[in-house]
This record gives sequence, C-alpha cells and structure tokens, in this order.
Amino acid sequence: MDIHEYQAKELLSGFGVPVPRGMAAYSPDQAVYCATELGGWHWAVKAQVHSGARGKAGGIKLCRTYHDVHEAAKNLLGSKLVTIQTGPEGKPVQRVYVEVAEPFERELYFGIVLDRKAERVRIIASAEGGMEIEELARSAPEKILQVVVEPAVGLLAFEARELAFGLGLNIKQVAAAVKLMLGAYRAFRRLDATMLEINPMVITKDERILALDAKMSFDDNALFRQRNVGAMRDPSQEDPREVAAAQYDLSYVGLDGDIGCLINGAGLAMATLDMIKFAGGNPANFLDVGGGASAERVKNAFSVVLSDRNVKAVLVNIFAGINRCDWVAEGVVKAFRELDIRVPVVVRLAGTNVEAGQRIVRESGLPLIIAEDLADAANKAVAAAKAN
Amino acid sequence: MAILIDKSSRILIQGFTGEKGTFHAKEAIEYGTQVVGGVTPGKGGSKHLGLPVFDTVKEAVAATGANTSITFVAPAFCADAIMEAADAGIRFLVSITDGIPAQDMMRVKRYLRRYPKEQRMIMCGPNCAGVISPGKAMLGIMPGHIYQEGRVGIVSRSGTLGYEAASQMKALGIGISTSVGIGGDPINGSSFLDHLKLFEKDPETEAVLMIGEIGGPQEVEAAVWAKENMTKPVIGYIAGMTAPKGRRMGHAGAIISTAGESAPEKTEFLRGAGITIVPAPSEFGSTVAQVLAARKR
Repeated sequence: MDIHEYQAKELLSGFGVPVPRGMAAYSPDQAVYCATELGGWHWAVKAQVHSGARGKAGGIKLCRTYHDVHEAAKNLLGSKLVTIQTGPEGKPVQRVYVEVAEPFERELYFGIVLDRKAERVRIIASAEGGMEIEELARSAPEKILQVVVEPAVGLLAFEARELAFGLGLNIKQVAAAVKLMLGAYRAFRRLDATMLEINPMVITKDERILALDAKMSFDDNALFRQRNVGAMRDPSQEDPREVAAAQYDLSYVGLDGDIGCLINGAGLAMATLDMIKFAGGNPANFLDVGGGASAERVKNAFSVVLSDRNVKAVLVNIFAGINRCDWVAEGVVKAFRELDIRVPVVVRLAGTNVEAGQRIVRESGLPLIIAEDLADAANKAVAAAKAN
Repeated sequence: MAILIDKSSRILIQGFTGEKGTFHAKEAIEYGTQVVGGVTPGKGGSKHLGLPVFDTVKEAVAATGANTSITFVAPAFCADAIMEAADAGIRFLVSITDGIPAQDMMRVKRYLRRYPKEQRMIMCGPNCAGVISPGKAMLGIMPGHIYQEGRVGIVSRSGTLGYEAASQMKALGIGISTSVGIGGDPINGSSFLDHLKLFEKDPETEAVLMIGEIGGPQEVEAAVWAKENMTKPVIGYIAGMTAPKGRRMGHAGAIISTAGESAPEKTEFLRGAGITIVPAPSEFGSTVAQVLAARKR
C-alpha cells in the first residue's frame, strides 16, 4: 500500500526525521490560509498523488505570493497529473501540500528497501540526489552507498556515520544525518514498510538536514497491526476496479484486452494469461479467486470481471486443491442466475471434486462452454471473444 | 528415496484443531502419511482425530519423536510457530499460511541461522501448496490423486501451476519423485537453488522441472548454479511472459521491480544456462517427455 508525501512526512517526523513545515489543503482558499499560518516568504505547493517524478510533470509549484499559492492550488486541484510513473491516464489531484520553501545547498538521496535477495533491509544513499536512483545505479553504480542491516541489532550509529561521511558531509551535518537515518530506519521497521525514499534529502543554507520529499510503501500483509497506516489509504489513487475487487478480498489487476479471466492461484493465473496471448487473444484482467472459493466468492469475482465493459468473453480456469470444483461450479451457476451475463463463458475445471463440478456445469442447462484442458480453454476463449 | 519427506517422516500439525488443520490432517493421513500428533496451545493433553495434542512443539517432539511439521497457523502468529518448531528440533517444516508480514519472515530467516547448517531446519513456504512425495507422503493442500509416483522432481513457486504440470505429466504416464512448493512470498524459507541441490543428490530423481514466475532473483540464482553443478537435466518455465511491467499480479512475490526480473529476461537467462524451456504452460508434460526420451537415447 502506498501513501501520500504529506502522510509519509507526518509519520516520519514522529520518529525524529526533520521535515519542512507544511499543511495539506483541499481548496485554493485553504492553501492560502496554510501559507499564512506557516509564515515565511516562499512556499512550495505540491500535488499529492501516489507517484514520483511530480516536479517534471508540473505537479510542484514554487510560489512567492499568496496570489501565486492560490493560482497554483487552483490549477492543481481537480486536475489529473500525468507523470512517467502514472501511465497516460494520470492520477487525480484531490489535495495539495503547502510547504515552507527552504533554500538548500545540496541534494542527496536516501532510501530504505526490503531486499528480496539479501532477505534483509538495505539502506541506499547517494551524494547525487534529485534524480532517478535507477538511472544512477546503471550509469555510475560506484556512486551508490549501501548497507545491509543485521535484523537482530538494527541499523547501528556507526553504519549511519559511515554513510554520512561517505556522502561528503562535514561533522556538524553528519550528526544531523545520522539522526535522520536512524529515525527513518526505526519508522521503516516499526511501521512494516517495504520502501521508504527521501529524494532529495537536502542540506539547507544554515546546515540543517531535511527530508524535502518522502515516499513510503507498506506491506499489505502487516496492515492488521498497523491500523494508523491503513487509515491513510486513498482509494482515489487506485484503479477503481481493483478497489471494488479488494472489497471482496479478491486480487485483481486491470489489463487492456477483452477476455475476462477468473482463475485460482497467482501462478496459474499468469500462465493462463500467457496462454491466451499465445492463442492470439488479449486478457482483460488478472484475477486470483484464491483458496476456499465459495459460490458467493465466485459470483462476486464475476461481477468484478464483468464491470469492465471491454470484456467480450470470460474464461474460468480452476485447478482445485484447497478449492473444490463443485463449489466453483455452483458459483458459476449462481453468477448466471443473479447477474446479467451476456458474454460467452468458457469453464475449465480440474483437481478436487472435478466430476461433481463438471456435472453441475453440464446439468445446469446454461450456455457454458466446457474446456478439457488449458490449451483448449485458451483457444475456446479466444474464439468466443472474436465471434462476439 | 524422494527428497524432504517419505514414509518414515514423523509429522506434526501445528494449528491441528483448527478447521484447515483438521481437514488437511485427515487428507494427509488418508494418503498414508505418518502424522504422529499436533500442537494447539491450550489444548495439550486432549486427543484430536485419535492423535495426541500438545501445548508446545518441544513436548510434542519429546513424546512422539516428530521430525517434520506443517503449520496451519494464522498469519499474525505463524512466524512465532515456525521459530518454535526450529528451536524444538524439527528438521523440515512446511508453512501453508498466506499473509505473513514480510518483516516477520526476515526475522524467521535470521533466527534459523542460529543453528549450525547440519542442525538447521529446512523450511518450505510460506504461502505455498506444500510438498508431496507421491505414493509415500503428502504434506500440504494439493489434491494427491493428480500425482503419479516416478522419477521427475518438481519445484514451483505457484501451487496451482504445479498441479497443472503434475496432471499433464500424469496424462502422459510420467511420474514424480517429489513436488515442492516454495511459495509466492517475497521472503521464503527455501529457494529454487536449495531444492535443485537436493534433487541433484537424490538417486531416484532423473530430471527436474522448475516453475518460476516474474519478480525476484531466485530462478536466475538457481540457473547459475545448475549450469556449473547439475548433472541431471533441468526443464524450466517462467510465468508472466505477457505481464505488463511494473504491475503487481497477486503474489507479493510477483512484482517486477528491477532489471532482469521480467519473465522474458529470466527465460532467456535460463535458456542460456542450458535449461530446456517449456514453450507454453500447456506443454509441461510434452516438454518433460521429450527431455526424458532424449536422455534415454
């Protein structure tokens, strides 16, 4: 799960990470009020969307007057910000963050990730902030400093100090940077984050260190014990189809084809999508109904898949282990009875209780297309979508 | 022989008396697996499915001589249950539980390293379908009847895609020595590499089918090792050939994050390491059959 910059800064400042003073606003008037409350001479008005590279996309405006603040907020709020990370459809700007603009001397990069390869937390820092770290990793990997943290003891002060000296900071700046790094690491561990990025981390003209931007992502599996983080979810930043699916606890990813898919298990789902492409078709979505798919759950999955108007055929591919084919078949029948299904549906069942499941499908009297195996299922779904 | 489990494995069910634990314990026993008891804190001293229930894994190991365990414990408590098993001397553990926080798994992996390698517990999962040595023992949630006993090893991230492969092989009369699910989570107990090493040493395994997916470094790491060390043929497939970059596909593990982790890139790497690539997921059976036929010649 991702959160906004202003939310990340609020969380981080609770762990002693210094951030510029700022306030979130939902209207141009409120933005001006924020600027007057904050004081100072310059403000940054920043679009709050779940994406990086906002500056280049025009989502961050530097303002010198209250009038500028009002105009900037007016232009951003209600617009869709398209960055290199959002895709062409962009993301809606429903709030802006008004921040005191601090003059700074240097921009640095600081990041923390849960590293799958090391199976530990990795700290990444670079003296070259402000740019994409992936680019730097390719062009000049020697400029990236890294520490893999021993989980039993956590990030140690000397490790943070080594990083800070490695960034070319003087002793006064090092002390401040160490405090920021240790605070950010504590926030990462305590809040079950999977990614934390401070880009840029800046040295101000008066030699303070500040997190000028902040991005955080969290482990969905840990939200049960991170209620405060979970409450920061902003559904406006997510695909509405995925939000609808999440309400039913289904894992759904919208794609741009016309064959709706309803499959159990992420690996089989990806393989089925591959199979559809190999057969000359285009999947409309990825959907994993998961284990223990009751009839109700299958029906809900149908309603999510069919909410995509591009869908011209549906492919149900179930290999039941923890699932049972008869329950899935009952779900397909239930979906037909309770939803308005006007597209051909191809059903392939295998595994636990397959005979009972196939009998339910056959005896339902519904216009279901039965497939024997994976290749047959993909071919029939592609043919059905083309004919429809 | 097979790897990890066979008829001699003495198995505990952690989370024995819960709904899932009960259902899959019954299935395992019916398959002929030697289940010796279970653990549910607070229910020690009682009987369940005619088998003893213990409060702690240590008590269960002392009373039953158990050496293997499977967890059906809720995500919030599962990491703790895994570490309890490791400390009690369990040598092999399967965790079916889906939804364990990644940082909990980081702690589990660190904890397992307290023990010297020869005493360290091997773990499969979490979020996996389990392990089956057909005709010998079943430790997981898979439908046992789709596996035929034989001489090909399977190691797969995905449960259901592993089923697909096993059933295609059975349709062609090809059997399996052991099928291992390593699970879809970003941090898992054991990797493709760990199991390739075990299959290489197992005299009853002739060839290995490795079923990976987008995201993570483990398929490539296994291929690097296989190229230098594996004498048995390896057949590979990477799911997500057509997945758009940067999109999550269900598994936390199935995230394309960095260069080299997309399915086409991984597939090319595997091919370069001498692994036979399954051209489409409908061709698991036929590809394995071709490799076995070529080996006999």
